[in-house]
Amino acid sequence: MELKLGLKVHDADNVATIFAEGIEKGAEIEVRDQHGQAQRIAVLNDIPYGHKVAIEDISKDTLIKKYGEEIGIASHDIVKGEHVHVHNLDSMRGRGDLEGGRK
Amino acid sequence: MNFRGYVRNDGKVGSRNVVAVIPSVVCANDVAQAVVRQVQGTVGYFHHQGCCQLPPDLKRVTDTLISLGLSPNVGAVLIVSLGCEGTDHDRMLKEISASGKPVEIIRIQQLGGTSRAIQAGIDAAQSLVLKISSLQREEVDLSNVVMAIKCGGSDATSGMASNCVIGYISDKLVDLGATVVFGETTEFIGAEHLLARRAVSETVGNKILDIVEQMENRALSVGCDMREGQPTPGNIAGGLSSIEEKSLGAIAKSGSRPIQGVLDYADRVTDHKGLWIKDTPGREPEILTGMACTGAQFMCFSTGRGAPQGFPSMPVVKICGNPLTYEHMQHDMDINAGKIITGEKSIAQVGEETFAMIMRVLNGEMTKNEALQYFGSIDIHVLGPVI
Repeated sequence: MELKLGLKVHDADNVATIFAEGIEKGAEIEVRDQHGQAQRIAVLNDIPYGHKVAIEDISKDTLIKKYGEEIGIASHDIVKGEHVHVHNLDSMRGRGDLEGGRK
Repeated sequence: MNFRGYVRNDGKVGSRNVVAVIPSVVCANDVAQAVVRQVQGTVGYFHHQGCCQLPPDLKRVTDTLISLGLSPNVGAVLIVSLGCEGTDHDRMLKEISASGKPVEIIRIQQLGGTSRAIQAGIDAAQSLVLKISSLQREEVDLSNVVMAIKCGGSDATSGMASNCVIGYISDKLVDLGATVVFGETTEFIGAEHLLARRAVSETVGNKILDIVEQMENRALSVGCDMREGQPTPGNIAGGLSSIEEKSLGAIAKSGSRPIQGVLDYADRVTDHKGLWIKDTPGREPEILTGMACTGAQFMCFSTGRGAPQGFPSMPVVKICGNPLTYEHMQHDMDINAGKIITGEKSIAQVGEETFAMIMRVLNGEMTKNEALQYFGSIDIHVLGPVI
């Protein structure tokens, strides 16, 4: 568990999931993809175990992808290395609070 | 491949041999509980439905209790009726008896109240237990198996480890000729296109899209963002940001085989084997009950946060994707799929380890939740109001 590891599940993904404890602002993590390729990313926030980090800049209203599929839409501009979660990712489904339900 | 199970008169094969004490209405629970406390070898289905509901729900509750009574893990049934409830306890008696199982019924009002009903219930349950207690296991083919699957208390490890292990098992059992049923329609939202693509026909594909739309509409009708309801606060704390993300991880547990059809909540599986969907919500008591209705001999249950629940007559094998949770909650977790996250084992390696455990559980080995009797996760999913 020493390795500060992030996993990018699919080539189309713009986020990776962190599987390490105690990742603090400024830490460098190693993001691996399904081909075994690795890239190092400096994280810009404290990121808890199992949470996501942006592995590229994601502008507001861009689709956020994991497993190669849409998991939501950016509610703010997000930069590479930033924690991606409910504060900057909007769900597009089950949105009874929005007119028309979704999107 | 074979396992050793209890062969019932209707040809179904159980992995357990219990007497089910079934209250026909919530108001009969106290008597049923007293009977279950006293008589070894009984389990109780202590639900909260059965009266002052609209007719479709009353039918659904009756159908659910019948399907539970017909479960192959149940050797005999004691129905506990109050007498004035809305469920059809006579139909329960008739349809469960038709399977050839011993069935008795006690009626609290007719017997003259609580203490007399408890006494009659204990006597009846004791006779039923004695009647089925000498039944021996027999060798049968694995194609008799029905596996139910579920994920609960999910976090980011679920979709990458424990659900993938269940997907591996699901494919393996389907290839061996068995039946696998998965549900949690809420957790198809955002992933339904991937499931519809795997349907055996356009009709089945459209049915999958329909049940997801109905489930999403129920959430939309409340006029708020369903986030925090689904994903739950625990899911969100664990890193899941949206229902789409949760769903994409959740469907990994269905493996990759074609989807044969969609079962309603109270339905039992038919002789048509393979992978099936059952239309259920995600909350444990309701889905565990719906899954026990299919006739499943056991359930594979994936978790990351650490869900300890089980069901009275259906062993639940807990597969934990989060290595930290596994360490903290070893007495509740059967399989450590966290080793996939730490890179120590492959999905196939943990899959084979799980398959070996499933075979032992089918043959009688207890799961951790069974040994702890943490198995009260039961309730019936109804659609309308209590009136």
